[in-house]
This record gives sequence, structure tokens and C-alpha cells, in this order.
Amino acid sequence: MAKEMIKGNVAVAEAAVRAGLVSYFGYPITPQTELLEYLSARMPELGRAFVQAESELGAINMVYGAACTGLRTMSSSSSPGVSLMTEGISYIYGTEVPAVLVDVMRGGPGLGNIAPSQADYTQIVHGGGHGEYHLIVLAPSSVQEAIDLTGEAFDLAEKYRTLAVILMDGFLGQMMEPCELPPFKEVNMESPDYAVAPKPGRERRFLTSINIDPPAQEKLNIHQMTKWEEITKNEVRYKGYYLEDAEYVVVGFGTCGRIALTAVREAREQGIKVGLLRPVSLSPYPTEVLNELADRAKGFLVVEMNNGQMLDDVVSIVARRAPVHFYGRMGGMVPYPDEIGRAINDMIEAKAANDYVGRDDWLAQMREMIGQGA
Amino acid sequence: MQYEILIAGFGGQGTLYAGQVLAYGGMDEGKHVTWLPSYGPEMRGGTANCTVVISEDEIGSPTSLHPTAVIAMNLPSLDKYEPMVKSGGWLIVNEDLVNRVPDRKDINIVMVPANTIAREIGNERAANMVLLGALEANLQILPEGAIERSLEANTGEKLKKFVHLNVEALRRGAEYKL
Repeated sequence: MAKEMIKGNVAVAEAAVRAGLVSYFGYPITPQTELLEYLSARMPELGRAFVQAESELGAINMVYGAACTGLRTMSSSSSPGVSLMTEGISYIYGTEVPAVLVDVMRGGPGLGNIAPSQADYTQIVHGGGHGEYHLIVLAPSSVQEAIDLTGEAFDLAEKYRTLAVILMDGFLGQMMEPCELPPFKEVNMESPDYAVAPKPGRERRFLTSINIDPPAQEKLNIHQMTKWEEITKNEVRYKGYYLEDAEYVVVGFGTCGRIALTAVREAREQGIKVGLLRPVSLSPYPTEVLNELADRAKGFLVVEMNNGQMLDDVVSIVARRAPVHFYGRMGGMVPYPDEIGRAINDMIEAKAANDYVGRDDWLAQMREMIGQGA
Repeated sequence: MQYEILIAGFGGQGTLYAGQVLAYGGMDEGKHVTWLPSYGPEMRGGTANCTVVISEDEIGSPTSLHPTAVIAMNLPSLDKYEPMVKSGGWLIVNEDLVNRVPDRKDINIVMVPANTIAREIGNERAANMVLLGALEANLQILPEGAIERSLEANTGEKLKKFVHLNVEALRRGAEYKL
């Protein structure tokens, strides 16, 4: 198939359509709006359901309802909108029904701005809503990867009866790249056995997230943890670059991961043995490969468009076997490869102790950069 | 070889479109390409720019602090992006909308009266294509004629009538080869 040039937001929307999306519910918010706008024309054209809800709260609860039929459903939003959805996310997880959510992150906190950010890593990967849950979180770094992961997200959501999130940022949403769309999947309108869709002669079914009886709730919690164990075993995804002989390892995801690739290549040209680990599934996290790297690497550099949220995860996995440096930009700022290149050089020169964690030094450096002093 | 091209101007001057034309050309030649627009609460008359990266390999960063070439369609863009051009790189300037010559001595500078030329061929809005033509003639990022072929192939029916004008604008711009 010929390649097409498509914007990230639109590519994800069309990929969802081709994955057999039956219903979409959402509410516009920049920098994600093109996704919803595209589907507002595309879904009715195909005789499928598109609803612009009254708010994000409305949208996620419509998704909840649609997910109870077991048919493919999704929503999309950006950071503040996703915050509004977190209650619904917890309910969907608690009820164990499948859905896909796309979060095109922007600068925050609060209303923040519409520039690209990764500031919602912790919110999406480690919770956000109440109760205990683990979402499947996939972080593409190119338009093609966003397309591929969107298809996978629906399969995973269905396979494990859970919520899968595509976590990207405004950069990827707005960027155009040549890509190939997958062929159309047949739309499945046959509800699975657990679903509440009507079928004549069948016993009445009841889907809920309420478990008044604590032992019953605990039983469900154990079941969900067991399911998560399974997902952790089977669904880890990452991409490694120049890792075979790497003495130093940069860790970055999404947009930051691909910007780091340029910095790593430039460092390689200077003869520095540095590699890049780009986690694609942020949850489950590629713990095993990072664990192996920690046994032989002299140092790690985590790069993010936030204040070091994934850094905490890397630090806990590396477990003082090597220093973990950090470089990040916040507030909707995106690092240039040069900045990451400098951070690579700083890491090598520092010869820090194995229990070193770079956040404090990074913050001091940032204060100096914007002229606020220490 | 990797090219990083930044195209900047006022909103409405067609900076984003010029970048897309270049990006489509790269795609049709089988290159790796990224097209990244500046985006924000912007409007006609505000600033608009995009970065196009064209490479033989998988592209890492879609932005660059030191682009291979900058097309400056107006004075604010010249002021802002002249210092960024990579040493030995290229600065293509819309001579009609600036009041100074660039200061840099370590880069190649191409001054093009793009609005005047576009007016001559019948539509001032083709100034972006004049500048793109000058860029491509000097850098030869793609094989000869690739952008023209891509314009033909990727322009929708509604806008087909402008292809001829755009091609002429590209060719007139190409006359400004150093």
C-alpha cells in the first residue's frame, strides 16, 4: 500500500476506525481536537456511532456504558479532560469491561497550555483515579507507531477486559509523517458472553463495579492482580537502539525518546558508547531489560518532558547499581537534541556514585538557566 | 544525509503549506520525512513556522536547534532564525518583506524578491513556492523535478487549478541559484 502523510491525531482516529471501532464519545480539547473532529465525519459516514458529549465526564461514562456491551469503544482527550475522566476510568476498570482512551498530553498543571508535555505519566501509569488499578499504557513516538499501537490497544483491551491508553503528546498529535494504514477489520457486532447486550432467552446479566461485601471485593482485587501479573508477563514492549555495547544508557519515551535518539547518534559519532532504551509500553514497564542493563551500564540518563516522573521508576529498578541522571523540560517545553547531548556529556564527566539520582542537580541547573538562582 | 528545513513567516503566507509540499516530495522519493508545525492560539497575521526533516534513515528529533536551512518569509522570522542556521548552511530570505541584509558571514544567503515575482506571475500568494523553489535549487535535497511531480500527485481536485501557478513559482524561484 502506498504511504500517506497524516497528522498523528488523524492517524490514530483512522486506525481506530480500521480496528473496528463501533462507537466514539468525546469532548473537544486542544491539542487532540483533530481526532474527534475527524471521527465526527468519519463515523456517521460508516454508519457507526459518534457522540460529542456535554463534557468529559459525560463522554467517559458513555464509553463505560458502551463498553458493557463488549463492543469496540473509545474516547480521547488531553490532560485536563482526562483528569475529569478519572472517576469513569476507575469504574470501567472495576467493572472489567474493554475500552480504549487516547490522551494527547499538554502542559500543566491546571489549565496550563496546549503545548506538548509528558507531565501526566504518573497520573496515567500509576493511577489517577481511586482504588487500585493498572491500565495498559502504550506510548508511541511516531505516527506509524501510533497507528500500530491503536490497533493493538483494542486487541489488548478486549483480551484482558481492561482499559488501554494511548499516551502521546501534542507534538505527535500535530506532526505529519509518511505512514501506512492497516486494512479494515470487520466490525464485530457480536457481544461477548459477559456483556449486557440483549439476547433473547438468555439469563439477565448485571455488570457493576460495586462490591458491598469486602471479601467479594478482595476476591476481585486478587483476580485483577492476577490478570495484571499475566499482562506484565506477556505485553511488555520497548525498542532498544545501540544497546549491545552501550556503557551508558539514555531512557526516554514518546517524543522525548525520539529526540534522544538524535542526541545518542551524535554522541556515538564522537565515539561515546551510549545507547537508548525507549519504553513503548509504559505499563507494563520494560523492567526486565532495564534490570539487565543495570548490571552492566556505567550510568543512566532519564529524559522526559516533566519533572522526572518515569525517573522514579528507573531509579527503583536500577536499585543503586549505577547512577541515574536526569534531564527534563516542563510546562510544554520540548528539549532539543543538543540539550540531551550536553546531559550525556555531563553524565560521563560526573563519574557519580552508584546511588546518585540526578533530580536535584537538574533542578539547580534549570533555576540557573532561567536566571532565578539557587 | 539529513536535511532540517525551517520555514517561518506570518500566518497566511503559506509557510505550513510550503513545508508540506516539500515533505510530500520527500515521501514520494521514499525518504524518511517529518513535518512539524508550530501550533498555538494563533491567527492570521501571527507567526507561523514549520520544520521539515528529510533523511535516508529513521528520523529522531523532528526539531533542530541548528537547521540546515531557514526560509525567512518576513523580518521577524529573519531576526529570530538567522542566528540558528547551522554554520555552512543556507538562509533563504524574502527580500520584499525585510529591510536589512543578513549579518551572518558563515552561511550561504539567498535574497529572493518572492512577493514581486509571485505578483508577476499572477498571484502574490505563491511567494511561498518561489522561496521553496530557491531553496530546492540551491540545496538539491530531492532529485530534479521531484517537488513538481509531488505537487501534481498530491493536490486534490479542488486545488488542481493552482498547480500550474505553483510550478511556475517554483521554477522562477529556482533561478536564484547561487
